[in-house]
Amino acid sequence: MSLTARIITVAAAFLALTAGVVFVLAHYLLAEPPTVVFGAGQAPGQPVSMTIMTDPVNDVSSHPDWVSYFVKSPQTGQWVHSTIWQLPPHTRVNVTAYQFDTCDPLRNQLMGEVTGTVGNVMAVSGEADGLNGPGISVVNSDTTCGVAHTFNVPELGINVPFEGILYTAKNQCTLAPCAMSFTHVTTTFSFITPGPGDYRWQCFIPCGLASVDGNGHAMSTIGFMTGYLDVA
Amino acid sequence: MAETAGVAAQPSGAGPNHGLRILLLWLPAALAADLVIWFVWGPHLPPGDMSSSAASQQFDLRVLAVLAAPVFLAVLICAGYSMITWRVRGDDDGEDGPPIEGNAKVQVSWIAISSALILGLAAFGTYQLIAPAGAGAGEGPQPIWQPDGKPVVVQVIAQQWLFTYRYPQYGGVETTQLELPVGEPVQFNVTSLDVIHSFWAYQLGVKADANPQVNNVAYTTPEHAGTVTVRCAELCGLWHGAMYDYGKVVSVAAFQAWAHRTETSMAKITKTLPPYALIYTPNEIKGLANFYYQAGLPGAGGGYYGNQYYPDEP
Repeated sequence: MSLTARIITVAAAFLALTAGVVFVLAHYLLAEPPTVVFGAGQAPGQPVSMTIMTDPVNDVSSHPDWVSYFVKSPQTGQWVHSTIWQLPPHTRVNVTAYQFDTCDPLRNQLMGEVTGTVGNVMAVSGEADGLNGPGISVVNSDTTCGVAHTFNVPELGINVPFEGILYTAKNQCTLAPCAMSFTHVTTTFSFITPGPGDYRWQCFIPCGLASVDGNGHAMSTIGFMTGYLDVA
Repeated sequence: MAETAGVAAQPSGAGPNHGLRILLLWLPAALAADLVIWFVWGPHLPPGDMSSSAASQQFDLRVLAVLAAPVFLAVLICAGYSMITWRVRGDDDGEDGPPIEGNAKVQVSWIAISSALILGLAAFGTYQLIAPAGAGAGEGPQPIWQPDGKPVVVQVIAQQWLFTYRYPQYGGVETTQLELPVGEPVQFNVTSLDVIHSFWAYQLGVKADANPQVNNVAYTTPEHAGTVTVRCAELCGLWHGAMYDYGKVVSVAAFQAWAHRTETSMAKITKTLPPYALIYTPNEIKGLANFYYQAGLPGAGGGYYGNQYYPDEP
């Protein structure tokens, strides 16, 4: 093989290797779910409505048994598998959360308190194995089936425990995004967004089934049980 | 200093006294450096003087810097002097100089000064570790040093990815806000509910590992009011970098008012908390294990909540 051919071969191999590394980085390590934008084209200060759901399954083929959040796109009305939500600053966000999962105990019962919402309360309806009605401020997950997931933004002091459905409930969701015909609990609450910034949020129930201490897998992956509020 | 002695011991014949020259260069430089370190730089060394342990750490750093600077300058000055004085000149024959050997004065001086520095620092470090204010580090469940008086006890509970603080002397209230009184000794009981974290209250000079099933005790006495940055100092997962908060050191009266106000406002959730304990075992919630068993379920986290309580699966 001539010197020129050798150089070309080595260069081609190097470029192929580099392309492979870039592909892996971009496709697997840097990939993140789409940002769902709320309040676009809306007058400043107008309340924003956000509809989310927590499912015992998801639509990702590689991890179909991971619990997951979904959010309804205000533009298309379709459920989107994302935990990155863009919200306008200093705006009231009215949240409706459909919760389809069964319950787990909180690792720290402090997360059973509703904080950071308007009035520090939430309203619950549906087939909750616990409290139902408006003005709920505390859920004790150790005495009843209790809490399935939480929506917690530590930097903003927001914590909302979503009550779970009974393990013995009929018609449990098996296909994500869950249809409203499946057994679920509806939670509503409101909060006020702060100034611009990224604020991480997470679930504080160790719901990463079968991972170490229940805190791996879905709990540690953006797009499932954690993400951030992109206030902009 | 040892280098100075070494150079001074070289056979110099009728030439200049290089040792004296180096000493005269080194002495004022070392004195100036030490004065600058102690009086100018020292008060700004981390972690400041917000608490007794922080001030103690700052004092340690000042002492170490004051001791290290003359040694460092001696090396620099000797090296610089040698490069200038004994550099290769045009008429140099290229041969090495005479070897230095068998000079007991140099050897004894070198060993004596090095030993004094090392042993002195070891003694100083040991003393500072336990007195007068402790090191601010976690001392384990049985601390070797304790402050005088009755400390305000604050339990630091770490979990992925948040610190919460429990005050057993105020009804066992637990909160996400760290608040401390100025001038009062504080006892941190640090533990974790899941993986290994580390409670690092930077301005207080307190850093203690938060291990599951372990009570790690650290003491300090806040001496100035202000804001404390708390960070997790142990890589603990996805949001490790976001596991921080800000605590406050306030007057005793303000702390008492805050504590009683918090105790009252959080009474409802406090009732649902487990009794105050030095460690918590969230995988041993017996009632829940029974619940899971009766439902025929394995429980979340692969039995995290206590398969040991299942009647048929002890």
